[in-house]
Amino acid sequence: MSAFLEKVISLRFEIAAVILFGIGFINLLLQKNLIKKIVGFNVMDSSVFLLLASQGYIDGRIAPILTNGITEASHYVNPIPAGLVLTGIVVSVSVSAFFLALVQRLYKHYHTVNFDEIMVLAKKKVD
Amino acid sequence: MTTAFELVLIIGLMICAISALKAKRLLVTVVIYMAYSLLMTIVWVLLQSPDLAITEAAVGAGVTGMLFLTTLKKIHALQGTKDE
Amino acid sequence: MKKNIWANFSSWVNGTAEGKDPYEISEKVQPREERKRFKLNEEQKMHLFNLQYKIVAAVVCLTVVGVLLYTLFQLPLFGDPRNPAVNEVVERYVEDGLKETGAVNMVAGMILDYRAFDTFGESSVLFLAVTSVMMLLLRDEKNISKEEDIQEAHERIIEREASDPILRYVVSLVMPCILLFGIYVVLNGHISPGGGFSGGAIMGAGFILYSAAFGTDAVSKFFNMKTFRTITSTALLCYAASKAYSFYTGANGLPTGIPLGTPGAILSSGLILVLDVCVGLVVACTMYGFYSLFAKGEI
Repeated sequence: MSAFLEKVISLRFEIAAVILFGIGFINLLLQKNLIKKIVGFNVMDSSVFLLLASQGYIDGRIAPILTNGITEASHYVNPIPAGLVLTGIVVSVSVSAFFLALVQRLYKHYHTVNFDEIMVLAKKKVD
Repeated sequence: MTTAFELVLIIGLMICAISALKAKRLLVTVVIYMAYSLLMTIVWVLLQSPDLAITEAAVGAGVTGMLFLTTLKKIHALQGTKDE
Repeated sequence: MKKNIWANFSSWVNGTAEGKDPYEISEKVQPREERKRFKLNEEQKMHLFNLQYKIVAAVVCLTVVGVLLYTLFQLPLFGDPRNPAVNEVVERYVEDGLKETGAVNMVAGMILDYRAFDTFGESSVLFLAVTSVMMLLLRDEKNISKEEDIQEAHERIIEREASDPILRYVVSLVMPCILLFGIYVVLNGHISPGGGFSGGAIMGAGFILYSAAFGTDAVSKFFNMKTFRTITSTALLCYAASKAYSFYTGANGLPTGIPLGTPGAILSSGLILVLDVCVGLVVACTMYGFYSLFAKGEI
């Protein structure tokens, strides 16, 4: 049992990332309000980034900024996940901005941001 | 000691995520999401990636929050505040 | 059994069959009025669908989380140097990066030299995002009705009159510091943590703060659609041109004729500084462009 607990504490960031992913996902599926859906999507985004970045961390090493002249690989953490996530964070902003613009257009048309109401109104319009 | 701090941060992240999506008012949701981003910033520093910390602090708490708030104003969800 | 069938048949032929009419029976068991009671109306149908949807969504979500958690326990331990993600690529980047790119900050050296093509696509994605938001929110005659126009003008008057003096004073103090810090982060991207993405986001956030305090018209005096177009397209083209030159001369650490300088100085690391400035300009314009489009429907 203690071995299991140790493993859980050792994998704390990964487990947190998966649980945050679950929270975001269930909200993306179940929330009626479009703004909350977008917040859930953002939570999912950052959980994926957390999982990626935690794969690059190595105990007892420092960030890959070579100011002290040491160029040994065994002295620094992995820079690749950091580079991938850096671009990902900025893209996630533009994705959420696009979603929010769509929500504004939907509000202008239907005067609500509740997804169910929008569906009912859209169905009425088709009929 | 660091592990305990990290566990506190992780629990804070989860509380923020759940309460942001459980809140009744959309303004509360957005403000709690900004707090979530700031907690994430500290996590990036602990994971030894200062580049990510700077970006997340500027983008997650600043720009995204502002975009959400502007949208809330446009969809008239700020009732009860001075802006409505 | 056979006899029974024969008896049935003969009685049917003789016209003396009794009962056995399926329609008659079904109507007896479920007369019309009673059947109506079991038919769901629209609301109940919706309710049932919602219930099913919730259950299916919860099951799907729990399954995904369960599978991911199961996979996590097969991963190497957190912070283990024998993690397979730490392979010869990382070794090469860290050990030869300083010599080949001249950048002290290895993350900047990686995303703007070894993987600069990827970052170019990334900046184009930002440009594309602003363009799509523009398509959705830009104001023109077809997009906006007269009533909305009047309402918006009214709101802008309120915004101008009901200004907050504390906010304005604090912003006028803080704004230069934010811009200076943003420029510092962009220009020091190859020496210290930061770079184009972070510095651009800081500058964009500074502009957003300024326009939130003083109104969007205050910013549009020096930043309008024309400047936006010029800065963004010039930065992207400059990025493309400098990277094309680097590819033309062979890329990948071959001599390009641009001196790398002493590591740690501002003017060092060859093209990385130029690319950082380009990316910073694109990101800053994008961030402010989003806000401006959201707030008043034009840049």
